[in-house]
Amino acid sequence: MTATREIPTSGESSAPAKAWAKWRDNQRVRRLVGTELAALTLALMMGPSGNLTSPTHGFTGSWFTPKVLIFLAGGVVLWALMESWGALSSAREQVSVAASRLRPTDPRVRYALYVVLLLLAIVLPRGLSNFWQEVLVDQIGIYVLLAIGLNVVVGFAGLLDLGYIAFYAIGAYSCAYWTGVLPVKPPHHFNPFVTIIFAVIAAMAAGVILGAPTLRLRGDYLAIVTLGFGEIITLYANNLTSVTGGAQGSNPVPHFSVNLLGLHYKWRLQNMPYYYLLLAFVVVILVMFRSLENSKVGRAWTAIREDEVAAEASGINTYKYKLMAFAIGASTSGFAGVLFASKIQTVTPLSFVLQQSILVLVFVIFGGMGSLPGALVGAAVLQWAPNFLRNHFQKQDLFLFLGALLVVMMIYRPQGIVPSRRRSRELGLAEAGVGTADAMSAPVAGEIQ
Amino acid sequence: MCLTHHFSSYFIPGLANGFLYALIALGYTLVYGVLQLINFAHSEVFMSGGFGGLFALNAVIGSKTPSGLESAGFVVIGLVAGAVSGGVVAFVLERVAYRPLRRRHAPKLAFLISAIGMSYFLQNLAGKEFGRDARTMKAPFTLTPSKPLFTVFGEGVTVYYAVIAVAAITMLVLLDRMVNATRLGQGIRAVAQDADTASLMGVDINRVIAQTFIVGGLLGGAAGFLFGLGTAGVSYTMGFVPGVKAFTAAVLGGIGNIRGAMLGGLLLGVIENMAQPCIGANWIDVVSFVILVLVLMVRPTGLLGERLGRSA
Repeated sequence: MTATREIPTSGESSAPAKAWAKWRDNQRVRRLVGTELAALTLALMMGPSGNLTSPTHGFTGSWFTPKVLIFLAGGVVLWALMESWGALSSAREQVSVAASRLRPTDPRVRYALYVVLLLLAIVLPRGLSNFWQEVLVDQIGIYVLLAIGLNVVVGFAGLLDLGYIAFYAIGAYSCAYWTGVLPVKPPHHFNPFVTIIFAVIAAMAAGVILGAPTLRLRGDYLAIVTLGFGEIITLYANNLTSVTGGAQGSNPVPHFSVNLLGLHYKWRLQNMPYYYLLLAFVVVILVMFRSLENSKVGRAWTAIREDEVAAEASGINTYKYKLMAFAIGASTSGFAGVLFASKIQTVTPLSFVLQQSILVLVFVIFGGMGSLPGALVGAAVLQWAPNFLRNHFQKQDLFLFLGALLVVMMIYRPQGIVPSRRRSRELGLAEAGVGTADAMSAPVAGEIQ
Repeated sequence: MCLTHHFSSYFIPGLANGFLYALIALGYTLVYGVLQLINFAHSEVFMSGGFGGLFALNAVIGSKTPSGLESAGFVVIGLVAGAVSGGVVAFVLERVAYRPLRRRHAPKLAFLISAIGMSYFLQNLAGKEFGRDARTMKAPFTLTPSKPLFTVFGEGVTVYYAVIAVAAITMLVLLDRMVNATRLGQGIRAVAQDADTASLMGVDINRVIAQTFIVGGLLGGAAGFLFGLGTAGVSYTMGFVPGVKAFTAAVLGGIGNIRGAMLGGLLLGVIENMAQPCIGANWIDVVSFVILVLVLMVRPTGLLGERLGRSA
């Protein structure tokens, strides 16, 4: 378990050196030091910022104040709790047994639960203030959709997509193009509802074009290629002014409207109609992905994650299924792009920067890879929290915390806060040396060298 | 023709960029060699080297306008400070984002994600502590002199290009010797070839991996300083674009292959700069992406193949 260390040559070393070596190799002491270092890092993250004139201000302001003692004491408490964690194992087991009982196994109970949750989702937001309604639509609703889509790529197929937001941009710009907002005019103007089809096709095509050459290789190349692709898309959006409208963007993208069979309705600036539209789409997509997960395709993804070589040997075309997951993720992202463009009525390159891709990735990881409720909860909690705490930290430090969160999740809880049972079992197996729990190895057929 | 126009005026800056890409690419390639992982946080190692070099240089220069031997001394101080900060950050990175996961045999996906998290953490920590506007680095010598040092094909080579070339070539040669002719290099090659067997033969894998990160960090940090010297400024977001390009360079040369990373870096720098008059400065970042996709499609093992395990 521990790092192998050189055995100190006994006989020659003095007593203090021996005592030091004993302390150094004591696991409890090491963990205490680690926790305290983490506490100091946290103090730095929560402390004041430095600036150009005094870059040390952040360090002195966070470490040389009485406040740092609170963090250090918190570290000691946390360490003590973790040390006694083993002693509490029987209590812990009882809690996990109780938690597993909470999971409704009877399908009727489960469906009743879904209906109750849906009703709550319909009724509760009506009582929210305007600010929170806007957060609910612009930040939570659209990002839930994005997270569900990325969950297919990262969670179901075990691939890493870092340019996910590029497909969102493609969707948004497709919508802007077909509604006639961009400087280049389409042959015919459409309602945003109709542009969904074009946007999904465009995003899926981009996904296939990007994934086809890359997915034949090791899965980790996909991460860097998508990263580059995301940058290229913003570059195009910024510099191709005659097509995209450049850095200022293009507006106004029309709102959604229905004018069919005597039914007339137009979505406007209000948030709630958009919320219900989003809710309907999210529910439909959730149901679709749920059945996809339990279909032949979903089982193929599972097989690829657990053991790609065995999957390939069992006749699964791993390349095809990986590409399929990637394309499904891309088209979901493109779909969300249409909703976004039509809701905020403007498309600018600033909405589609790399950070947004990472944001969605954090939601998926935090919620739980491969878990649809996890993607929902992850996006909702992590979009709610910064808004809730908006007066207590600087908005520009958000990614400092999200980055740290990613690392902490990977070290302590890789399965996420609402784990998929299958996925957490795989992670456990992978740690025991069975299977891979991702799709990062080279496909057998496409083995290079 | 855009390609032949002002050939050397684009060739020399391209070569200088290429040296920087090569130094950064080595960090990717070394880590890829021993762990088979893309170190997404390497761009932040590069960035921290820029900051380390900047603080050291600004502190020693003060309000002087250095010249002659003094300038050379300052450049060396900046290089060492940059390299050391890069090495320290790379070491911490391995300790925090990689080692706990390695101990648990976490899936590859987990490593990539924790490296991305670390990258964002480090980047924004630097932004928070050192300010989000670019900091200016004091010049240890005149960056744009009226007269170049000497001319090649009728094109002037400034002191800056000479400094980059000398520093980079020295480091590249040292690294090549280190990997091929020292005990540490032997350890790195052994782990790259077969970590389990190396462990059975008495190689301390954890130590070798930590040392590999540090070596990559030293080179990346030094490159960060040289980059900051060239642009006379350092900012917390400076790592991203050179990072992606250097990864492309590593893939172009054959990831895991040390001489490949050097070749790939130089080639990429030159190609990119030569393409600039044809496609315009705005689109220069597209070149490396297109090269990356082309290499992956046509020759995924890169120009020289993947072979850190074998002695060169």
